[in-house]
Amino acid sequence: MNRREFTKAMLACGAAIPFGITRAAGQTRGGTLNTIIQPEPPVLVTALNQQQPTLTLGGKIYEGLLKYDADLKPMPGMAQSWEVSPDGLTYTFKLFPGITFHDGKPMTSEDVVFSCMKLLVETHPRARQNFSRVASAEAPDPLTVVFELKQPFAPFIGCFDCTSAPIVPKHIYDGTDYRKNPENDKAIGTGPFKLKEWVRGSHVHLVRHDGYYLKDEPYLDEIVYRVIPDAASRALALENGTVQLVQWSDVEFYDVQRFKAQKNLEFTTKGYEYFAPHQWLEMNNRIAPMNDKRFRQAVMHLIDREAFSKRVYFGNAKVATGPISSKTRFYDPNVKRYEFSVDKAKALLDDMGLKPGANGKRAEIKYIVPPYSESYQRAGEFFRQSFARVGIDLVLVGTDMAGWAEKVGNWDYEMTQNLLYQLGDPALGVARTYISSNIKKGILFSNTQGYSNPEVDKLFDEAAITLDAAKRQELYSKVQQILVEDVPVAWTLEIEYPIIYDKAFRNIVTTGIGSHETFGSVYKS
Amino acid sequence: METVRAFLRHPSGMIGLVLLLIVVVVAIIAPIMFPVSPWEMVGAPFTPPGEDGLWLGGDTLGRDVAAGVAYGARVSLLIGIASALAAMAIGVVVGAISGYFGGKVDLVLMRMTELFQTIPAFVLAILLVATFNPSLLTIILTIGAVSWPPLARLTRAEFLRLRHREFVEAAQCQGERTWRIVLGHILPNAISPILVVTSLTVATAILLESALSFMGLGDPNLMSWGFMIGAGRTVIRNAWWMSVFPGLAILVTVLAINLFGEGLSDVLNPRVSRRRS
Repeated sequence: MNRREFTKAMLACGAAIPFGITRAAGQTRGGTLNTIIQPEPPVLVTALNQQQPTLTLGGKIYEGLLKYDADLKPMPGMAQSWEVSPDGLTYTFKLFPGITFHDGKPMTSEDVVFSCMKLLVETHPRARQNFSRVASAEAPDPLTVVFELKQPFAPFIGCFDCTSAPIVPKHIYDGTDYRKNPENDKAIGTGPFKLKEWVRGSHVHLVRHDGYYLKDEPYLDEIVYRVIPDAASRALALENGTVQLVQWSDVEFYDVQRFKAQKNLEFTTKGYEYFAPHQWLEMNNRIAPMNDKRFRQAVMHLIDREAFSKRVYFGNAKVATGPISSKTRFYDPNVKRYEFSVDKAKALLDDMGLKPGANGKRAEIKYIVPPYSESYQRAGEFFRQSFARVGIDLVLVGTDMAGWAEKVGNWDYEMTQNLLYQLGDPALGVARTYISSNIKKGILFSNTQGYSNPEVDKLFDEAAITLDAAKRQELYSKVQQILVEDVPVAWTLEIEYPIIYDKAFRNIVTTGIGSHETFGSVYKS
Repeated sequence: METVRAFLRHPSGMIGLVLLLIVVVVAIIAPIMFPVSPWEMVGAPFTPPGEDGLWLGGDTLGRDVAAGVAYGARVSLLIGIASALAAMAIGVVVGAISGYFGGKVDLVLMRMTELFQTIPAFVLAILLVATFNPSLLTIILTIGAVSWPPLARLTRAEFLRLRHREFVEAAQCQGERTWRIVLGHILPNAISPILVVTSLTVATAILLESALSFMGLGDPNLMSWGFMIGAGRTVIRNAWWMSVFPGLAILVTVLAINLFGEGLSDVLNPRVSRRRS
């Protein structure tokens, strides 16, 4: 074949592609998806552990009653329909018939009630918060579950995805020590994929659950999660096709750019809407000079967040304007804006009396570097240079994972960086950082900076039990204005984690939960 | 003077000295060569060498690699010398007491030294730094604490050799105080091999510090070569210059110190120098 013929053949292939797509619309069965799990999770039971890798992998094994689309509207999960009473107190779910656990036993409403009201409230902090609002949960027939709330809680309908309320088998867990149950190793759920083998340090092999209740699903035969601890090796695995999907921080941000350009790969930042990871520079509000609002406002002016996004996250982040992510409902862009301005920062510092000393230094502040990944180290270095511009010495302090959690949880820090998920509703993922009832020593991801404002407390409390969306918007807009003025923490970026996958695979991202989703509808064309 | 002249005639020793002087000069004039802090993001991230006025390129944040290498020389030399001196201080004191007094004191001190020698130095260093939080001082003390045993053994051997010499016994007969005998008579005669080993300890100390920084256990406020390699390691496939240049800097410095130390050893070792003359 000479070059011309070859070109012709290639063009013919190209012409064939559209037909390929129409055919693929009748989704095909079979195929293997190879992907990465990083770091290796301690256990696969999502009811017992909610770290990101556990949720990514366990999401294929354990399901929730609902799913949420990119706008975080509820979609059928194991519940085919649901009903909320007008007073917002009664939630009735109708399950799909014929759902079975991986051990062949049927899944009924009894399992749902047991999971939500007995197991999860003990093992899942987030679920404990949500289900503590339930007065009673009933299973009138095998396919019906009724939750009766103590008082209205608008975001309650957002608490049923596979990460917030995974359903586990009652016949295995009831009456046992949940965490020590030997069946945990088998990870028996209802999801489209079941555990075949887990070779520690190497891979987790999931295969099709043949008794899955949705017709034709799952399309894939198997999913293999490979454990690859080294970042460069993970990038290489995606580049040469050993794996066909990466999620969260599997590949470092500086590699993302390269993969955007790779022809056979699809790049998206969709599928994180439910989490909307929101990042900030945390300042201990109890300690001078951070106890002065003007200092915290100066910090907002000091950090060139556009440059921060560009240099540290290589543009895979959006500048945050306040406590609520632009991807979360009730976000209000009409708040005070802090543009990058060293002069304004200086003026604020001068105004509060924090003037440069004889050596030109205004203050020395210790900054604990979170030990999670390299980007956190780079971020600390970026902040240090930002503060140096006004004569504030940021002294970086290194620590390990346990040390960071211990210091921040016990308020034994001056500054650090933090990142929290928004969980689809300010009442679930935002309020916890700012309400004074959540100032709890020893608990991470609470109001660790110690911000306390009775008005903010009142607004958040009222918004949580209000059902009318317009009224809630009003309350949350107000709270955003107050918080942005007070700057309890200096919001930096909305991190946009990527999902990168081989174009041969379809339906990878179908909901706002993205890579944590069940993957029942994923198919290979 | 004779020693200096002998050293000047020592070829590899001189190469070491010249290289070392270059490193020292770079360390001294780093703030003149690069007036902005090596942490300042002066260019675009991933700038290749030679572009944008960054002749050794920019790192992942756009910081000047050349400035980092120059300022890193200060950190490496400071930590290398300070921790070698710390090791020498511990080693000489332990070795001198052990060698001079002998008996049970010697037994106890030498068992302790052996204990330290059986634990791999790097593992112990990681443990110590991780426990005491990495900072300039803890790193110096840690490297000192894991590097003293060879110096203690050497000092002890020298003291054992010298303590029954006539001039020492004469001093003892004259009723001189013990500390005067040790410091005034024995130590000056034992100092040359100790200096040689100390100079070589500087090299291992620099390597240890680089390894600690590479592991992320360095002082995060110091731009050191190990830190630069550690930070550049993950991107080595896209940007070799971030780790290669600081790596070369370590290579050159450690090589220079070793050559210098060996030259010093040849010159100071009486047996060898006698053979020469």
